Amino acid sequence: MTCLHLLLTLVFAVSFGTPVEIQRPRGVPLTKKQFYEENKPFTCLDGSRTIPFDRVNDDYCDCKDGSDEPGTAACPNGSFHCTNAGYRPMFIPSSRINDGICDCCDTTDEYNSGAKCENTCKELGRKEREVLQKMAEVTKEGFLLKQQLIEEAKKGQQEKQGKVTEMQDNKKQLEEKVEALRTVKETAEQPEKEAKERHLKAWEEQKAAIRLEKDKAKMAEAFLELDDNADGFVSVSELQSHAELDPDADGTLSDTEAQGLMGGAEQVDTSTFESVWTNIKDKYHSESQPEEPAPVETPPDEVKEPVVDNDSEPYPEDDVSEEEDDDDDDEDDYHEDDDKAAPTNKTPEKSHEDEEAMPTYDAETQTLIDAAQKARDDFEEAEKALREMDDQIRNIEKELSFDFGPDAEFTYLYSQCYELTTSEYIYRLCPFNRVSQKPKYGGSETNLGSWGSWSGPENNKYLVMKYEHGTGCWQGPNRSTTVKLTCGKETVVTSTSEPSRCEYLMEFTTPAVCQEPDNTDLPAHGHEEL
Amino acid sequence: MAVISIGRMGLLSVVCVSLFFSSAFAVDRGNFKTCDQSAFCKRQRALKPGQSPYRALLETLELSDSRLTLQLINDNNKVHLLLELYRLQGNMTRVKINELKPLKPRFEVPDVLIAEPPTEPLSVLSKDDNGVVLSLGAESQRLIVSARPFRLDIMEGPEVLLSLNSRGLLAFEHLRLRKDTQAQPDGAEVKESVDGDQQQAEGEKDEDGERDKEEDGLWEETFKSHTDTKPNGPTSISLDFSLPGVEHVYGIPEHADNLKLKTTDGGDPYRLYNLDVFQYELYNPMALYGSIPVMLAHNTQRTMGIFWLNAAETWVDISSNTAGKTVFGKMLDFVQGSSETPQTDVRWISESGIIDVFIMLGPKPSDVFSQYASLTGTQSFPPLASLGYHQCRWNYNDQEDVKSVDQGFDQHDIPYDFIWLDIEHADGKRYFTWDPHKFAQPKEMLQGLMEKRRKMVAIVDPHIKVDSGYKIHNEITSKDFYVKNKDGRNYEGWCWPGNSGYPDFTNPEMRAWWASMFAYDQYEGSMENLFTWNDMNEPSVFNGPEVTMHKDALHGKWEHREIHNIYGLYVQRATAEGQIQRSGGVERAFVLTRAFFAGSQRYGAVWTGDNAAEWDHLKISIPMCLSLGLVGFSFCGADVGGFFKNPSTELLVRWYQTGAYQPFFRAHAHLDTTRREPWLFGPENTALMREAIRQRYALLPYWYQLFYQAHKTGMPVMRPLWVDYPKDTTTFTIDDEFLIGSDLLAHPVTEEGSRGVTAYLPGAGEVWYDVHTFQKHNGAQNLYIPVTLSSIPVFQRGGSIIPRKDRVRRSSACMENDPYTLYVALSPKKFAKGELYIDDGHSFNYDTKKELIHRSLTFANNALTSSNLCPDCNFSTSSWIEKVLILGASKPSKVVLKLDGKETPVEFEFDASMSVLTLRKPGMNAGADWTLLLQ
Repeated sequence: MTCLHLLLTLVFAVSFGTPVEIQRPRGVPLTKKQFYEENKPFTCLDGSRTIPFDRVNDDYCDCKDGSDEPGTAACPNGSFHCTNAGYRPMFIPSSRINDGICDCCDTTDEYNSGAKCENTCKELGRKEREVLQKMAEVTKEGFLLKQQLIEEAKKGQQEKQGKVTEMQDNKKQLEEKVEALRTVKETAEQPEKEAKERHLKAWEEQKAAIRLEKDKAKMAEAFLELDDNADGFVSVSELQSHAELDPDADGTLSDTEAQGLMGGAEQVDTSTFESVWTNIKDKYHSESQPEEPAPVETPPDEVKEPVVDNDSEPYPEDDVSEEEDDDDDDEDDYHEDDDKAAPTNKTPEKSHEDEEAMPTYDAETQTLIDAAQKARDDFEEAEKALREMDDQIRNIEKELSFDFGPDAEFTYLYSQCYELTTSEYIYRLCPFNRVSQKPKYGGSETNLGSWGSWSGPENNKYLVMKYEHGTGCWQGPNRSTTVKLTCGKETVVTSTSEPSRCEYLMEFTTPAVCQEPDNTDLPAHGHEEL
Repeated sequence: MAVISIGRMGLLSVVCVSLFFSSAFAVDRGNFKTCDQSAFCKRQRALKPGQSPYRALLETLELSDSRLTLQLINDNNKVHLLLELYRLQGNMTRVKINELKPLKPRFEVPDVLIAEPPTEPLSVLSKDDNGVVLSLGAESQRLIVSARPFRLDIMEGPEVLLSLNSRGLLAFEHLRLRKDTQAQPDGAEVKESVDGDQQQAEGEKDEDGERDKEEDGLWEETFKSHTDTKPNGPTSISLDFSLPGVEHVYGIPEHADNLKLKTTDGGDPYRLYNLDVFQYELYNPMALYGSIPVMLAHNTQRTMGIFWLNAAETWVDISSNTAGKTVFGKMLDFVQGSSETPQTDVRWISESGIIDVFIMLGPKPSDVFSQYASLTGTQSFPPLASLGYHQCRWNYNDQEDVKSVDQGFDQHDIPYDFIWLDIEHADGKRYFTWDPHKFAQPKEMLQGLMEKRRKMVAIVDPHIKVDSGYKIHNEITSKDFYVKNKDGRNYEGWCWPGNSGYPDFTNPEMRAWWASMFAYDQYEGSMENLFTWNDMNEPSVFNGPEVTMHKDALHGKWEHREIHNIYGLYVQRATAEGQIQRSGGVERAFVLTRAFFAGSQRYGAVWTGDNAAEWDHLKISIPMCLSLGLVGFSFCGADVGGFFKNPSTELLVRWYQTGAYQPFFRAHAHLDTTRREPWLFGPENTALMREAIRQRYALLPYWYQLFYQAHKTGMPVMRPLWVDYPKDTTTFTIDDEFLIGSDLLAHPVTEEGSRGVTAYLPGAGEVWYDVHTFQKHNGAQNLYIPVTLSSIPVFQRGGSIIPRKDRVRRSSACMENDPYTLYVALSPKKFAKGELYIDDGHSFNYDTKKELIHRSLTFANNALTSSNLCPDCNFSTSSWIEKVLILGASKPSKVVLKLDGKETPVEFEFDASMSVLTLRKPGMNAGADWTLLLQ
């Protein structure tokens, strides 16, 4: 069994160079020295029992709270205090006493394990001070930057607020303008419409007259054709030579059927033929012009082969591009196929119509049309301007709606992006928007998450950003990224990692999280006890 | 770990899409053969019990001192077999059957037996035309050889212990030339079933021999797109065993199934064929990563074992009371006055090799364990640290990650001993190398761990990237150490690194070379605290048949078919030997394997492969490790938390609590899971997991002592209850609780949302003490224990003494010199005994220099005494006895320590409510002789 020293004499120098000795049981912090009075019974700090003082630090655990063994590993829940002169004092679990591993920089935890520990407190203290100093500098400068950021943000915010207000005014004006132009347009469109209708009606009438004339000519021609024996009458039998007139479509035009068509008469002359013609003209085939095709019988698409091809065999690539283009206006389609298809689509119909093209508008109508068109253009332009204004307002309002921190210090990050290149990837953080990853040597970008929320600890949620709902992982969750913010002069992504599959971690420095430095300058001696 | 994230494996996608995409979350059974899809199994299983065509030619009997040989003839085809019988020391019988004159030698599995088993003389008691009766030595044991048909019966007194070929299912497909093609195995005639008739009719109609070949798979067999050419034709073997009076059989791991083996009538037989099964399913007889062809049979009277030494694909059929009553069965009925004697029939079928069976006759469970240990050796004695907690994940990303996890344990005051690196640590999965970016300074990392007295394991798999810039590949190529395909070129398959070669670990020269690669100057970046994990050693071949190697690949002159199940053993062996050699033979090895065979226990630890974060997987970890322990492999564990998927916090906590009481205690997780270090689930759950791990560390002295015992005697560390309570039939099917040694009984909570568990405490007239409350419970009862999330029901047997180190530190090494607390749990007769084992925890000096302390602790007549079990041993410790708790004690008036002839009083406290006597700081050295007297 090991015999342990009950008391430890602490000798160390403070910065004044005066040695000071303080006696207390090993592992007890000065603040608790009063509970460990030599040669008086010791009461466990939880009050559970009282034991003779020689059982303090005797390497056997008597107190449930472990307070009787501050300097040994006997109690499972004990803690050991190292003074660490020159550095920071600390408590370690008493299970780390004499475990062969140097935990306290002043080596006091390894007094009986054979571990060769060196006192590194001075060195650590120096380093820590250096680090603290640097950090303080950074914090100081960062905080100044942050003040600027806040200023700018406030200014920017005000500007934007102002802009929004201004734009709201403009918008109102625009709205009014739109309304006014709408009235103008509607006013101009009414006479346009009427004039157009008039023009159309006149043309329709003209067309009807022409058609009637043509029909009459056809009838006369048909009569002559039917009147095989040229006796000035068309008889039933003469009619029967035109099987296409068969009303029940059984292939033959029977006597009765022919008679029916003839209105019960055996034969008709030119004047009575008019009523017969009405019955037969739709079916009647001219003997002299058999080539004239009936428009119904020839489906238009048979002529337009390229279009048919295009419709019936959609290539997969076309599908993709079509999908991509869905958002675009159809007019913007620049596909070769479509370019070809478009004219073929329209030309034949046009040519049919053009046969008897509508005559151009008369000057008066044209003037009305031009006036209406201008009113329309003006209106549309105004409407477009209104829409744009709306978008702008919405964008600014969206920006203004983000939580950019208590003093809007994060505003400057908005619509910026920051990159970090690692050995494999380029990572890109666009604050309040998204995080992405792109292979360095080619390959598509992966979304590591879109802006979710601030999710730092309760006391300062602005230390952590969360980006969520990125590209899904195979058999796993959607990618997400946690961005940890630390104080720095620069705004940079300092590291990225993937601690868990598809859960990324990014470290990001920004002046925006720099805290106001303590007024008290550097604590030169740490929190030393003396 | 066996699964791939598609995202990362462009190279492998063609192969793996079919392998891994097939189902959402369960094994794709279609990737693995059923008996019906395995030609020899189908052929053999078509044989029905009946008159065996085999006849013993008694006139050929030859008896030398310890070996009996006898020829058998198959009356159907006149092929002669040679039967060899040996009586082995320690109550075992070995039966070997081979062809008398095979066309060429048939494969006999080397390197499994630790030595040629010592024999004992056999003598003929009587002999006539019908058979021969041989004496098996004492205990009136006889071996009866019946001539027509051939069968063997082992009897003790009037009882038949075990019969061979009693159902006439001995079938030995002899080597033949191709023209010899036959449609049926050479065994008993097929009882013609309807199916058989049809098949035969078809065969007759179709004169074409090719058709026969395809149907019967005699000379070629195709599964999925893989064709197995079979240059040797049909070579399968089969033999049946009848076990009168036996209702419970165990063993033949590895299967994700209950401890008690089920009958296989109407389903597939249990299959033994080492396979990398992706997302395995529970409660079925499918093959898994390893195979130990050993079955134990147990009843209240006797425990026996059958060890079928064959490394080819093997199927085991189990049925119960299905065989017709034999002469001996009737005799047994007469003797026992019953016609309802239970009987278990077992049938082993292997694809090739010879019949080589060891029948271990017990009679006690411990006898079977030592019998099997005498054949294949015992559990390697692991370094003490490897019994601590292991933290693993696929993958710790880089050195920084390793460092922060290491610090996480200290920040949360949780002990651990090993941190593990999976395949991503290596440079492009080139094992023995380090990723130049993520693990640029491995020695620095290992040094950092060493300063914390902790260790690391890095994975080394047996598939080698085919890459002319890779030293290991180039050396294997230049030394011609790769397995060959059937055409004699290097066999190549797909695995983690892409195209890979597979070193021929059956070649001793290859193994010696492999071992030399672990030398510190060969394995760059390695240090003495770096250990090894062999995964994928079935071997796993992503694009191979059933995700493994083609059976017609060649290991020297032998086909892979012959050696398949032992490949993994060789990998672990060569690795362990390398680790031992790097220290000049001084330090013990620690190697974890996934694939295994009989004898693998000699080389390290095993885990149950790629399980899932599901409650049923937590439950199955118990029978899976129990089954392994029964057949010699004690150092077993399951991935704590479950490998695939994310565990609920409750499941994770329960798994820590269960894993803390299982031999190999490692948390592991798949690449695609979220992080789950034990402090990531809130302070309450951190505390629960910390407590479970701490309980493990406090009990390390007991675990270590049990492993020493396992190493010395073959006794399993984690055991089914029936091992210690062999006459208590209640225990025979229990597999939701288990014993750790003889003295601790654990019933971990494995049900979600559990409010209580019912534990069976065995032993009429015995008592058990709750290790947390010290409350005493009577044995032979079902005890309902209400539980909360912090409960881990564990009981110490009254009559035992367990040494603990209750000062838990951050790693086991840190606890080396800490004092012991003795937990003395008194039996109703106020008696207890236990042991204390101490050595340096890591070297072979315990063996080579006898540097150990082994003490017997006995409490009797109100005196607790420590006496030396190894007087010529020589080791000193600075550990001492800080406390003694005596459970079930009465209050003494005085306690005195007798040490070095002096008597000193010892202070004590007595808790009357729980009858616990606590002796305060007796203080003697743990290696001393002493007595504590209670007066």
